[in-house]
Amino acid sequence: MVQINTKKDGNMVWVTIVGEIDASSSIQLDECLKEQLGQDKPAIAVDCTDLSYISSAGLGVFMSYIEDLKVNQQKMALFNLNEKVSNVFKMLGLDQLMNILSGKDATIKFLNEE
Amino acid sequence: MSRKLTVQIALGLSVLAWLSLSVIDLSNQFSASNNLDSGFFGWLPNFLFLIYALSLFTFYKARVDIADRLNLIDLLWKIFVTGMLTTVVSLAIRSLDFVLGGTQLMKNVLVVDFLFLINLGLLAAFIIATLVVWKRLILYQKNKRLLLTWSIFEYVLFGSIFLDFIEIPFIEYFLMVIVALGLVVSVNMKWVAYLSFKQKWKSILLLLLILLYLVYFYINLSTYRELYPYLSLLTNSIFIRAAFIFTATYAIFSLLVILFNLPTTSAFEQKLNEVLNFQRLSQSIQTESSEDQIFDILLDSAVRTVEADAAWIELKGSDKHFLYEITYEDSRQVKATISETDLSLNYKSFEAGKKSSGVAGKLKGALYKSVAIFPIWVNELQEGSLYLLKEVRDGFTRELVEITGTFANQAGISIANFRMLSEAISTERYKEELKIAKQVQTKLLPLELDTNEDFDISTFTVAADEVGGDYYDSFKINNSQTALIIGDVSGKGTSAAFHMAQMKGVFLALAQMELSPSQFLERANLAISSGLDKTSFVTISYFVIDSKGKTVEFARAGHAPSLYFRKKENKAEYFKNKGLGLGIIRGDKYSNYIQQSTFKYEPGDILVLYTDGITEAKNKNNDEYGYERLLEMVEKNAELSPEKIKEKIIEDLYKFCNNNPLQDDYSLVVIKFK
Repeated sequence: MVQINTKKDGNMVWVTIVGEIDASSSIQLDECLKEQLGQDKPAIAVDCTDLSYISSAGLGVFMSYIEDLKVNQQKMALFNLNEKVSNVFKMLGLDQLMNILSGKDATIKFLNEE
Repeated sequence: MSRKLTVQIALGLSVLAWLSLSVIDLSNQFSASNNLDSGFFGWLPNFLFLIYALSLFTFYKARVDIADRLNLIDLLWKIFVTGMLTTVVSLAIRSLDFVLGGTQLMKNVLVVDFLFLINLGLLAAFIIATLVVWKRLILYQKNKRLLLTWSIFEYVLFGSIFLDFIEIPFIEYFLMVIVALGLVVSVNMKWVAYLSFKQKWKSILLLLLILLYLVYFYINLSTYRELYPYLSLLTNSIFIRAAFIFTATYAIFSLLVILFNLPTTSAFEQKLNEVLNFQRLSQSIQTESSEDQIFDILLDSAVRTVEADAAWIELKGSDKHFLYEITYEDSRQVKATISETDLSLNYKSFEAGKKSSGVAGKLKGALYKSVAIFPIWVNELQEGSLYLLKEVRDGFTRELVEITGTFANQAGISIANFRMLSEAISTERYKEELKIAKQVQTKLLPLELDTNEDFDISTFTVAADEVGGDYYDSFKINNSQTALIIGDVSGKGTSAAFHMAQMKGVFLALAQMELSPSQFLERANLAISSGLDKTSFVTISYFVIDSKGKTVEFARAGHAPSLYFRKKENKAEYFKNKGLGLGIIRGDKYSNYIQQSTFKYEPGDILVLYTDGITEAKNKNNDEYGYERLLEMVEKNAELSPEKIKEKIIEDLYKFCNNNPLQDDYSLVVIKFK
């Protein structure tokens, strides 16, 4: 079960994920991210503080938008991942392609950089 | 003995018996008229008559049995024809008698006796033929008791011929007994119920004619006896009298029963039709190949049952209409008038989803004056409606509406069953396909991996579903080099299995090119990416074991880090080289994200490859098996053979999960160097 909230705040949008992302809940994540995507849309900050587990399907969702974000020149960052979740990203090598940060401030700073 | 032979023998015998009978009787008459003693026994004529009667009975019975499929009317027709033949012959003789009446010839005792004998023979033949057919009709729907009663009657009747042999007192009482028995069996008239209206009229006509023949014969023989009192043969035969009375009685009974049945026949026929239509609908689920055919049958059955002038079936959410004697445009027009009439209230009630079986009402249209509407319910949902129209006012009685309602319901059930059946069949087919997929996939995973004098390998794999996405394989590149791969396709089930098969193809193609692990990953990424959808990826680890240089080169493409136990240090650790899953980025930049490493191996070292199904296996408390447990198991059992190490790990994993169902596929490959 997962709960995903989005909140627009100035020039960025905050996506908070609470719970687990498995094969079925990854659809919810996909729908949410798709909405935030666009050339003139604000940068995306994904709060993973309460993300307790992510399956390969969840990773697949993040992975599928890497290219689109690059094309849109839109920034996205994940922050405050717990160790287990962070390891899953690292194991697959997604940490090399995505911005995985620690702390809200660092994220704000990163997303505001030109 | 074949029936045809029986017929011929019986016929021959009866003719022979009749001829002998005639000769004896004629000589008897001759002797009597000349006051001579003929010398023949008095019982001989009776005995010959018995043979005549029995062989005729056998003859007719066999004839009727041969024509086994005779319907009821054909049976009556048969005796009608026999009766006509015998009567015509008899009439011919009579006319001869008439023409020659008063001449010297007709005063000759022998001529008169001969003519009488012919008449008697004809009567007997006709009565026996009728008897055979009556038997068939009475036993039309037989049970044990009826069969027994009939047998008794038959034996007593034919037995009565013996009574003519001897003179016993109170013989008339015996006749009454037979007649009473005949009455008992005569009440069996079930066959009448199976006649259609038309057939009943035909039967009445035939029965009347049969009775007419009987009356004719009765008068004919009576006059003979009155005119020529010396004709004594079989004058008081109980058999002939009893058989005559029985055949006549049954004919009269049948006639009356049919007459009284006539008015109710049409209702009975309608009921029968309803039952047949109902049966047709029920059977259609097994035999019909489409839902359309079920609707066709419903329309046809309903129209025939209520004798509708026009009808149609319309389906919800579909343009399909099943029309009977009405055009689509006219049906729309009629439907528009329906909503204007009183009917609309009721009609709306099942349109709104309330279950009801049908409604009838008046119609203000020009052509059709009454209408009945029936919803077709399939699994609690109204899938369509049946509309029946009649040109007369109040054409639909409540009973008709109820019956047609059950038809519509039955059609709905048939359709529901039909769908269930199709679904079950397709599910079964999918299961079968999956079974085949599993068999195919089992062959994709090697039973044993390549080994050489430097190392032993043991493997284990299990899939959560029928088919899985885990993959491991080996390939002997040359005498000293062996390639080893372990992989995991994201997701599980059939799609994962397809990508896994693709991965095997890529491995077999690239491994023999003697590529370095990083080159292998780069090319594999290129090859596999195009076949993967945007959210899927494949993780692999690729190893090249070189037994000449005692080294292992490897690279990791996002796969769970392999575990290595060094005997010298008596410690195991996970490799930490970076890597990126296949299918995540496409193009030549992929090599930037991977890292190739090399290590030297020594005897007793252990390399453990696995898929994340093992480390992420959960118990009921939602705890994961984890990296630490795996590492400890390897360290603890490092002295054992790879086979034993594998067994220990799997045993420990199962113990940890404690029967919690598998969430993922998991595979384990243990390589021990020597």
